[in-house]
Amino acid sequence: MSAANAPERTDALVQVRGLSTELNGKTIFDRLDLDVPRGKITAIMGPSGTGKTTLLRHITGQLMPDAGEIRVDGHNVPTLARGELFDLREKIGYLFQNSALLTDFTVFENVAFPLRQHLKLPEEILRNIVLTKLQAVGLRGAAELMPSELSGGMARRVALARAIVRDPMLILYDEPFVGLDPIALNQILKLIRTLNDTLGITSILVAHEFAAVGRAADHVYLIAGGKVAAQGTPAELARGESDWTRQFFGGEADGPVPFQYPARDYAADLGFPPSGRTERAR
Amino acid sequence: MAQRRSYQVGTGLFILLGFAALAYLATQTTSVANFRQGDTYTLKASFTNIGQLKLRSPVKLAGVRIGSVSAIELDPVKLQASVKLSIDRHYSELPDDSSAAIFTSGLLGDQYVGVQPGGSPDMFKDGDEFLLTQSSLQLEDLIGKFLVSGSPKPAEQDAAKPSADNHQKE
Amino acid sequence: MSATRPRPSRIGDALAQVGACGLFLFQLIGAIPKSLRHIKETIRQVWFVGAMSLVIIMTCGLFVGMVLGLQLYDVLSRFGSAAMSGTVVALALYRELGPVVTALLFAGRAGTSITAEIGLMRATDQLAAMEMMAVDPLAYVATPRFLAGIVAMPLLVCVFNALAILGAHVVCVTWLGLDNGTFWSNMTTNVDVWTDVVNGVWKSAAFGAVVALIAVFQGYTTPPTSEGVAYATTRTVVFSSIAVLALDFVMTAFLT
Repeated sequence: MSAANAPERTDALVQVRGLSTELNGKTIFDRLDLDVPRGKITAIMGPSGTGKTTLLRHITGQLMPDAGEIRVDGHNVPTLARGELFDLREKIGYLFQNSALLTDFTVFENVAFPLRQHLKLPEEILRNIVLTKLQAVGLRGAAELMPSELSGGMARRVALARAIVRDPMLILYDEPFVGLDPIALNQILKLIRTLNDTLGITSILVAHEFAAVGRAADHVYLIAGGKVAAQGTPAELARGESDWTRQFFGGEADGPVPFQYPARDYAADLGFPPSGRTERAR
Repeated sequence: MAQRRSYQVGTGLFILLGFAALAYLATQTTSVANFRQGDTYTLKASFTNIGQLKLRSPVKLAGVRIGSVSAIELDPVKLQASVKLSIDRHYSELPDDSSAAIFTSGLLGDQYVGVQPGGSPDMFKDGDEFLLTQSSLQLEDLIGKFLVSGSPKPAEQDAAKPSADNHQKE
Repeated sequence: MSATRPRPSRIGDALAQVGACGLFLFQLIGAIPKSLRHIKETIRQVWFVGAMSLVIIMTCGLFVGMVLGLQLYDVLSRFGSAAMSGTVVALALYRELGPVVTALLFAGRAGTSITAEIGLMRATDQLAAMEMMAVDPLAYVATPRFLAGIVAMPLLVCVFNALAILGAHVVCVTWLGLDNGTFWSNMTTNVDVWTDVVNGVWKSAAFGAVVALIAVFQGYTTPPTSEGVAYATTRTVVFSSIAVLALDFVMTAFLT
């Protein structure tokens, strides 16, 4: 898939070139190319199991690819030493799908955690920073609660406050809308948009919900079969010019992503004479 | 943070408790407990065989502890065990014809130096030596002699006379 | 960093796991300098691992001491050496029973909770979140628990021994009527600080290291599922019990 309207290289904060990965014998990425422009919200979408989360883990160096280049702010992530990787990660916020708050700290201490670990700030300044971030996500009043006392949406907002507490240049959102009621979903959506607009943070958004993504993202990549299947603004993709986009955004059960998992001949499996029909492989 | 503080105090108390227990074990239940003796004076005694006598074994008079063994050496000339006893200053009135013997408390118990007071008007001075000593009772010797002689009561005869042979027990 | 996920279903895997555990030990030791920056976390873990085990350790210590007192008094009386009861109780405790029983209790009480806690942190992405906040979970989560095990075990053993001696004293002196002075003086002449008490302390520090290593390793490498965590806690108890008893034999052979 050639990148028809790829953004210029210079303003791409994250550049992925020729990324190939195999996990447990399954090809996840097959020479994937992708650019994330600075200061924009880029959404990465695709059917379940296409490795969207894996891509985020590649970008943050939690997982090493088999081949390819991943440049984040000029650094090629797979070649970084652990110390350099940690330096880079200090400039990246990451919102986990399940929030991943530290269970034995209060909300306040959770948000304060990155500051305490990396900076020796006077307690008063630290308190001001943390409360400012909590105010931004609307949870200043919940500062002394424990993570177990929070609802899913609140936990995700706390995790967001923690991700932005050090004013990162890049935030990665891993499925931020999963399991949220419409109110919480809109709150998160608004936060993502606001953070991007006010702080100029580059954002990568991995999600399934096209309706929500369409309202937030500037640019959308649809990944399928280890490659970029389609890309463009949400409006362009919604028009559905390829089989992939039609199936994915139209929500059709069968299409390029087969309904049937690859299997043996159906009739033979049931003990009848083979019909010669096998479920096609992906 | 108030929370963190209490952990630190609690941990401190725990560590303190642990060290207190260690100190208790080390000072109250081991030989270290026997070191806390005040002023002592030293007496010497030679034995042909000291058996299981060890450093810091007690020295008793009439069953009361009056000191401990402070050194055990082999006299290179007489080929006898030369034992130094630290006696508490508190018990300085020991007649100089007292005798020292090595006893066993119980059948398999610990060995100690028992002092039998004599009747002399003169008292032991620091560095004096017991003239009358009686060695450790060797159970193996007794059994051996009993088997050879068939004597019905070997223990009494032998206990009265220290065995002359320099049988070294391992 | 990706989690290795050993499946000890086959025989070869068991060996591989021992190897992985050994390598993990080196990683832990390598992370010690970094974990000193999180010294407060180590202190907190000493509290969780050590102080929270105190109640079970003290209760068991008292009972073990009382049983030892009863049994040894009875057996030694047959040889006319009941006076030695205190000595034998103390020697058995300091050299063997104290470290070993405490280590087994420690594996059951603290080891399992370490494994379950780290396993759940893995399952809920807390370890990955630390990685993403540029905090090394090895230095922040694993090593403090490992160090806490080494620090807490000897202290627990000392408390255990002290309570056991007390229990034996209650049984032998108060209950069975052994003379108080005999009980103590026999003990003090025959127990040596260095060969008995201090050797026991070394031993228990080694046991603490082994139990904590296995517990942390199992938690750190468990598959991030509830089933995985359940198996990992079981394995912590089984493996650390075996390791403690085997190491006990080796250390006893070399130390005495």
